Amino acid sequence: MTCCCEKTESALEKLSRLEPEKTASLNAFLDQLPIGKDVESNRAHLIVALHQAQGIFGYLPSEVQQIIAERLKLTRSEIYGVISFYSYFTDQPIGRFKINVCCGTACFVKGANLVVEQFSRELKIKEGETSADGRFFLGVLRCVGACSLAPVVMVNERVYGNVTPAMVSKIIADCKD
Amino acid sequence: MKIKKPSDLTAKVAELRAGLSGKTRLQVSLGTCGIAAGGSPIAAALRKHIAEQGLEKKFEVVDVGCLGLCYCEPMVEVKSAKGKSIIYGHVSEEQIPAIVAAGASKTAEGLEALKTSLYYPEEQAKPKKKVVQTRIALRNSGRINPEKLEDYLLQDGYQALAKVLSDMKPAQVCDELVESGLRGRGGGGFPTGKKWQFAAAQPKGQKYIICNADEGDPGAFMDRAVLEGDPHAVLEAMAIGGYAIGSDTGLIYIRAEYPLAIARLKKAIEQATAAGLLGKNIFGSGFDFNIELKYGAGAFVCGEETALIHSIEGKRGEPTFKPPFPAVRGLWGKPTIVNNVETLANIPAIFRQGAAWFKSIGTPGSPGSKVFALAGKISNVGLVEVPMGIKLRDIIFELGGGIANGREFKAVQTGGPSGGCLTAKNLDTAIDYESLKALGSMMGSGGMIIMDEDTCMVNIARFFLEFTVDESCGKCTPCRIGNKRLFEILDKICAGQGTPEMLDQLEELGNVIKDTSLCGLGQTSPNPVLSTLKNFPEEYKAHIFEHRCPAAVCTSLLNYTINENCIGCGICARNCPVNCISGLPKTRHHIDQSKCIKCGACMRSCKFAAIDRK
Ligand SMILES: Cc1cc2nc3c(=O)[nH]c(=O)nc-3n(C[C@H](O)[C@H](O)[C@H](O)COP(=O)(O)O)c2cc1C
Ligand code: FES
Repeated sequence: MTCCCEKTESALEKLSRLEPEKTASLNAFLDQLPIGKDVESNRAHLIVALHQAQGIFGYLPSEVQQIIAERLKLTRSEIYGVISFYSYFTDQPIGRFKINVCCGTACFVKGANLVVEQFSRELKIKEGETSADGRFFLGVLRCVGACSLAPVVMVNERVYGNVTPAMVSKIIADCKD
Repeated sequence: MKIKKPSDLTAKVAELRAGLSGKTRLQVSLGTCGIAAGGSPIAAALRKHIAEQGLEKKFEVVDVGCLGLCYCEPMVEVKSAKGKSIIYGHVSEEQIPAIVAAGASKTAEGLEALKTSLYYPEEQAKPKKKVVQTRIALRNSGRINPEKLEDYLLQDGYQALAKVLSDMKPAQVCDELVESGLRGRGGGGFPTGKKWQFAAAQPKGQKYIICNADEGDPGAFMDRAVLEGDPHAVLEAMAIGGYAIGSDTGLIYIRAEYPLAIARLKKAIEQATAAGLLGKNIFGSGFDFNIELKYGAGAFVCGEETALIHSIEGKRGEPTFKPPFPAVRGLWGKPTIVNNVETLANIPAIFRQGAAWFKSIGTPGSPGSKVFALAGKISNVGLVEVPMGIKLRDIIFELGGGIANGREFKAVQTGGPSGGCLTAKNLDTAIDYESLKALGSMMGSGGMIIMDEDTCMVNIARFFLEFTVDESCGKCTPCRIGNKRLFEILDKICAGQGTPEMLDQLEELGNVIKDTSLCGLGQTSPNPVLSTLKNFPEEYKAHIFEHRCPAAVCTSLLNYTINENCIGCGICARNCPVNCISGLPKTRHHIDQSKCIKCGACMRSCKFAAIDRK
């Protein structure tokens, strides 16, 4: 929020000040989109733009949403409607180590829920949360396509297979900055 | 080299054939499953070994896609130029010298080759054995390098497109597909040719063809295997479809969870475009066709075709009522075909071999083959492609190797969260679209989750409902609220708070949701509940009346205790992830019930049968 007695800073100015490099790369991406006057055809670029922005910033802070809205000539509420619909997008910052336990059917019947509970206990966070130190995020996914290794845990890009609750502390210990 | 006319393709293939090295191929499966199981270091070690031993003239290491034998990754197939093949599973780096030394003529000493029964109806007249896999959609997956267009061309790639563009009128293409009897493999089983005819019959103008690569059913991974193992087949089929309906634009809607498939598709599109197989004036026929990728963002309902179209338009992926069908009004209001990946993967083969050939496989009502993804408590987790009409027993016990760890078969869930379960008494059912529907389940995308006596059917129903509640888009009330209530009832039953009326409530509510929901998600979501209720009523009753979970899964109804067999070895205490087992050495130990998470690690580690689970 800005104070009414100062000159208001736009979302773009604020983000450029806080995250100059990331903002520049978002802008570069948006610049090459064929954006025109027709809102309906601009909308087609929304999901790609959000994917790109989340890739750059790690999440979709409100300034980013504002910039995308302005560029694509869509309203903030439309953007928020889309972000909240798709589970892949998040408007909250999430931990550096994204621990995602697969809870697809194959993993579930092999006890994935016990693995989630164990992570939750050891990291002292619930599913969908990030630890206070910003290191760990605990989430669940639906099938990463490696069902033969069920239950599967992904930490960022790394895949662990045949995970048991007893392996959880080792997986956490593997996460080094 | 640009391929400008059909004869260029023939020349190119002849050139590639002439250049074949005659080397023995060492094929390493590098799909998502193979890579996760450690396939990449094996491929690297093979290359190193070949180079160190100076064997480059005799061997080449080839990265291939998934052969479907996911249970034995990392996997190496040794294949001679004459086609002799030996497959090794669970390969370790130490085994590499022995594998290379033995070559393709005999099995490496001290190792065992995998027994597989793969039959390729395009290449062989008849299968050798009775129960074998019949590979049409998965023909190339695991056999070619998916990142090389040349490998695909050597397998008759783009021949079907060449034939269609030079010899057939669009209407003939649709007719041939109708004649083949191919039905959609994405769930509905709608005749693909008919769908194409509808779109073709719409007035000329912009039309679209979309490949549905959203693969939402958790536990199904055949579309991933095709995209990672044979991406050009999908592109070729889309171009054929574009020609048939009069569309110059194809889109592939792919889920963001499949980064490898995305990368390989991108590469394939670039290669095909560079070779002139996509783009302007393909094969000099005047037909233009381009393909773009569109990404999903984690919403199951976006697999439903109208929701998928809204998602591509940049909107929330909510479904709309049909009709109008997408073939009449689809993407941006234009006629649009949505086809599943596996459906498309069958199409080049149909045009190479003809409709009659395709119809000779499978059953009259459901011709061809179907890929099933076997997962859960089965020995051979992986993909099997079988002729329609095969018995469930053959899939599970012959090809799937039966139940893992010597346990008893209990049920199999087909059709994912929209399907139902089949039990031991359905083992002799011949599988096709109709027979599964008659049993209260459905084909769905072909996921099969096998369950043994350690799986609680109430808990499974609860799991699927939790999934549905998560994934319901919220647009219609029966699905949004009804499923939530259904879930709450199941949750209570699993927690031991069930009451007798709940049995009737589940059934009544389930049927109302089925009858009144807007889209296929809600219309099918009660199936897992209704079918487990029908097939396993005694399990529901045990939970409700006796507060007992017969499969010992529902943790609220379970207690682990230590009996007098305990000799105080302490192995359970060391294995307990929450340190809730205490006791002096050589004395009977004790479990702190307030801390116990009921994971069963103690029971699995105990060698003296001293842990009771009740
Ligand atoms: C809730 C729901 C989810 C679906 N998910 C998928 C999916 O992940 N992949 C798919 O190919 N079809 C899916 N379908 C079916 C599609 O709506 C559509 O029928 C299919 O893509 C048509 O292709 P086909 O005729 O080649 O099977 C889903 C349907 C519903 C109702
Ligand atoms: S269900 Fe977990 S990888 Fe498929």
